[in-house]
Amino acid sequence: MNTWTIFKRELTSYFTQLTAYAVIVIFGLLSVGLAFTFGSFWRYEDASLSYSFFWWHPLLLMILAPAVTMRLWSDEHRTGTIELLGTMPVSMGSAILGKFFASAFVWLIALALTFPIVVSVNWLGDPDNWTIFSGYLGSFIVCCTFLAISSLVSAFTRDQVVALIVSVAICFILTFCGIDPVINEVRRSGSAETVNLLSTLGVYSHFLDATRGLIRLPSLIYFIGLISVCLVGTNLVLKSQRA
Amino acid sequence: MIEVKDLKKQFGQKVAVDNLSFSVKKGEVLGFLGPNGAGKSTTMRMVTGFLPVTAGEIEICGISMIGSPTEAKRKIGYLPESAPLYNDMTVRGFLRFCASMQGLKGAARATAVDEAIETCFLESVASQSIDTLSKGYRHRTCLAQSLLHNPEVLVLDEPTDGLDPNQKSEVRKLIKRLGEDRAILFSTHILEEVSAACTRAVIVDQGNIVADGTPDELEKQGGGSLSELFRKVTSQESPAA
Ligand SMILES: Nc1ncnc2c1ncn2[C@@H]1O[C@H](COP(=O)(O)OP(=O)(O)OP(=O)(O)O)[C@@H](O)[C@H]1O
Ligand SMILES: [Mg+2]
Repeated sequence: MNTWTIFKRELTSYFTQLTAYAVIVIFGLLSVGLAFTFGSFWRYEDASLSYSFFWWHPLLLMILAPAVTMRLWSDEHRTGTIELLGTMPVSMGSAILGKFFASAFVWLIALALTFPIVVSVNWLGDPDNWTIFSGYLGSFIVCCTFLAISSLVSAFTRDQVVALIVSVAICFILTFCGIDPVINEVRRSGSAETVNLLSTLGVYSHFLDATRGLIRLPSLIYFIGLISVCLVGTNLVLKSQRA
Repeated sequence: MIEVKDLKKQFGQKVAVDNLSFSVKKGEVLGFLGPNGAGKSTTMRMVTGFLPVTAGEIEICGISMIGSPTEAKRKIGYLPESAPLYNDMTVRGFLRFCASMQGLKGAARATAVDEAIETCFLESVASQSIDTLSKGYRHRTCLAQSLLHNPEVLVLDEPTDGLDPNQKSEVRKLIKRLGEDRAILFSTHILEEVSAACTRAVIVDQGNIVADGTPDELEKQGGGSLSELFRKVTSQESPAA
């Protein structure tokens, strides 16, 4: 109930402050644009969209997701409205969830509005639409993970710029420690365990499975675990700041 | 209705509030006076459940703020010192949001919002965006927010700060009127407000209560003037903030 009230307020504010439009337009243009240029959409006839379209998503999200969420708690601290929230008869947990769901919903819209590319592949050929759907699912859950991370980071500071830089850095590490070029480099010098460890810790191996239509339990545990840890962490940080 | 016993708050090594005890009964308006940094806002933040206490007891209408904070918070209307607001909302939208957070729905919510707008003279700005409001109107919007759910206990941190003289006297009258069937705790730096609105006042200095009584009693203690007493009982050098 209170989660819903906060969700509505946050969502409205994403649209009145134009953040939502910026995200939707920029993500739409970049993701589709990359697919048709560097993604070599035409050359590979990649009907599952796995390499041409989805491959770029973590790279875009690691910057754009924290940009949406950087003000989540830092603004609340800076303007003092946290004092209103903290004295209303609601738990901090419902506020954290409401805010998280609102930012996730903005991204759901942004992802959904890239549908023209799905229409194109269906028109050009005969793709496996389940695989495409699972790719979107993977993309969304990576996005939620990045949002949860930046929610936690923004709880630490009242400075949005610091929140943005630190969250992007963390998302960058999570993205790059599992990406192919890095893994190949490590494979040449390091042990097999290191390679395994890196690809398990990074988001890419989990994400790429999803874009191939494989939604595996360990991956789900990885993402949902990470999200839960970050959201619970947000609660702890907000609490400890008032002690 | 507000019972505070041996309240203590420590920030690191610094003791902001030290063994403070007081109570406010129904029908009482307690004025909270004291120099800057005395610990007034910190006390109010603990009473409203925003800051956890280092030690001590707080009861609101018989409900412990430490044991069951959500139930206790339901009884309180709170105006924070800086009058924080969500700048991207309109006045009415903000009040509607706060009313929902207080558990009001449908027609009850609409009436509550309209009443609060009327009580705080916000009709002219009701559909204006909050980031374009003047300071006084911002303050009144935040005050309106504290009245929405018709709380039995009001905690107001400098409610007349930033208001014009007309509004100051309106708010004093409002506090006096509301205080007839509620318990109100409010802080101020304007000593005239004590005799204008309070039934009782305490002076706090460095986290301790140094004077306590009805406005008349306090004036007598100060030899006829409240500001004399204030100067006498508070340390001239306020601690570095
Ligand atoms: N979060 C905090 N961390 C450390 N010290 C704090 C914190 N909040 C308040 N203090 C300290 O506690 C003391 C009491 O502050 P408080 O805001 O309660 O004063 P006040 O009586 O409201 O003063 P004013 O009249 O200026 O509003 C001050 O010395 C202040 O520096
Ligand atoms: Mg204060």
